[in-house]
Amino acid sequence: MMGVIQGIWHWLTTTLKLMTYNKAGFIGFLATCAILIICLIGPFFIPLDTKTKLDQIYQPPSAEHWFGTDHQGRDIFSQIVHGGKDVIYVAAIAAFLSTFIAVTFGTLAAFAGGKVDSGIMGVTDIILTIPQFPLLAVLAAFITFDNITYLGLFLGALSWPALLRAVRSQALSLKERDFVEAARALDLGTGHIVFRELVPNMMTYIVISFTLALTAAVYTQVGLVLLGLVPVSSSNWGVMISLAWTQGAIFFRDAMWRIMMPILAIALFQLSVITMTRSLELAFNPRLRTMV
Amino acid sequence: MAPIIEVRNLTKQFGKGKERVTAVDSVSFAIEPGETVCLVGESGCGKSTTGRMVAGLLEATSGEVLFEGKNIKQLDSAAFRRYRQTVQIIHQDPYSSLNPTQTISQILTAPLLRHNKVKNRVAAEARALEILEVVDLTPARDVIAKYPHQLSGGQRQRVAVARALTVDPKFIVADEAVSMVDVSIRVSILTMLARLKKEFDVTFLFITHDLALAKYFAWEGRITVMYLGRIVEDGPTQRLINDPRHPYTQALLSAVPEADPELAQHKRQIELRGAEIPSLLALPPGCTFHPRCPYFVPGRCDAAVPALEALDVGGRVACPVRRQERVSLLV
Repeated sequence: MMGVIQGIWHWLTTTLKLMTYNKAGFIGFLATCAILIICLIGPFFIPLDTKTKLDQIYQPPSAEHWFGTDHQGRDIFSQIVHGGKDVIYVAAIAAFLSTFIAVTFGTLAAFAGGKVDSGIMGVTDIILTIPQFPLLAVLAAFITFDNITYLGLFLGALSWPALLRAVRSQALSLKERDFVEAARALDLGTGHIVFRELVPNMMTYIVISFTLALTAAVYTQVGLVLLGLVPVSSSNWGVMISLAWTQGAIFFRDAMWRIMMPILAIALFQLSVITMTRSLELAFNPRLRTMV
Repeated sequence: MAPIIEVRNLTKQFGKGKERVTAVDSVSFAIEPGETVCLVGESGCGKSTTGRMVAGLLEATSGEVLFEGKNIKQLDSAAFRRYRQTVQIIHQDPYSSLNPTQTISQILTAPLLRHNKVKNRVAAEARALEILEVVDLTPARDVIAKYPHQLSGGQRQRVAVARALTVDPKFIVADEAVSMVDVSIRVSILTMLARLKKEFDVTFLFITHDLALAKYFAWEGRITVMYLGRIVEDGPTQRLINDPRHPYTQALLSAVPEADPELAQHKRQIELRGAEIPSLLALPPGCTFHPRCPYFVPGRCDAAVPALEALDVGGRVACPVRRQERVSLLV
């Protein structure tokens, strides 16, 4: 038991050390962690400001209101803190689902070959042809995305094809390698071959694709909210932009803070995640692992 | 004793239509337990393909591979599992035969645990250390936690051998197992493999392009010479080296450099009519060696594929021209 804990601890410290090798990547990693902490734990400490204060409409940032106030004099900072959770939750669900589908069926297609391969690739090509955004727009007319989990699953179910193709082609080349043949000769089983031999060799690629899927899902859902295709039900960065937009925030100079802050929050989150991938590349390379 | 591995009319074709090539053409041989057989031939002669079919990693186009007398395609699942564990392969390239993301410990313990060779992880680790000692990777403790890229080519090849040994194989296909290893450590790996033959009763199918190596490794065993997918000659090593019957075997032997200058001077050189190996896409009719053969007899050699005929001195040869005739042909 102690050995397992030690092993995990060693893995964690090595991974962190590896991630520091790329300065930009490590800053991205720290920023991502900070944003996650603020969005997930922050709401417990910073109450959402819901009180209308007519004398404080459209205030610029100050010591009292860090990000200024909105059209009803409410604190924007508290809204930003409360609005990140749902955005990240939906994006994470979408990214997990699409990566899971892509990796599972991509390796399956490469491995099984024949009819299974043709079938999977056929479906992939069809999904790839469908323009995502218009489809979601049409679907929104029939389905109400009032449950954000469904929204995440929906986004994930549409965004896997590109990654699946990449995973399949990588698996195709990896499965011809001698170590996979040796695993077959040793009768280690398909599960072992896929999850111990193939996937670890594609891990860098999978992790990076996961973060890219994450950022894509953020943009898609914010876009849907902005267009009003997803019912505005909770405070959320996308909803904030949408409300500011419909209430004409872009026409008043004083209202700038109200529309810029959620945009900045989204941009900062995306930038952090994207730069973090540079460090992730390092963390999943076994060659570097032994140099620490 | 029944042969541990026997192949009958084994044929493998690759590609389709005009691109179709026959890499292995009706190859038959049997290997008894405890024997050491070397498969020798130039690159592209189908020796590796044959090895992979014997190890059950490549499906034959036609013909059959028999494991202890039974066709491997007709084995029930328990018997097939036993075949899989009994027959192992060692690949040529130690840089692609080990997974770069796994430590040596992970590489060795996975098969041990999978096939219940040991009770738990701790026992697996201990067994892995033992096996590393067997393949002369000492001190084993230093090696076991490393990743493949931290080891030299020779060390990696030893790990590949160790991995094959985890399932207690009785038959190992060594596919050019030392040809990518530095010459300086080649002999020590060969010696190690030879020791496995004795200590663990392992039967070897040793595939190589180097006749000198085959001679060294299988001095007590047999050599099978392949040319463009067919067996041209086989027989006990000592007979085949001292008294080669097929012109191709003679040519291969005369190409092996001799260390002793005395011997080198008296070595019989055989002049080939051509150096080019024909393409598998356009094989010459009849005996595929005839365009290069110094004893070529028009009308006989290019008419029909010569059959392998048993020799009274042991082994088989596929040449339609008798030895007595050859002397007159050279003049």
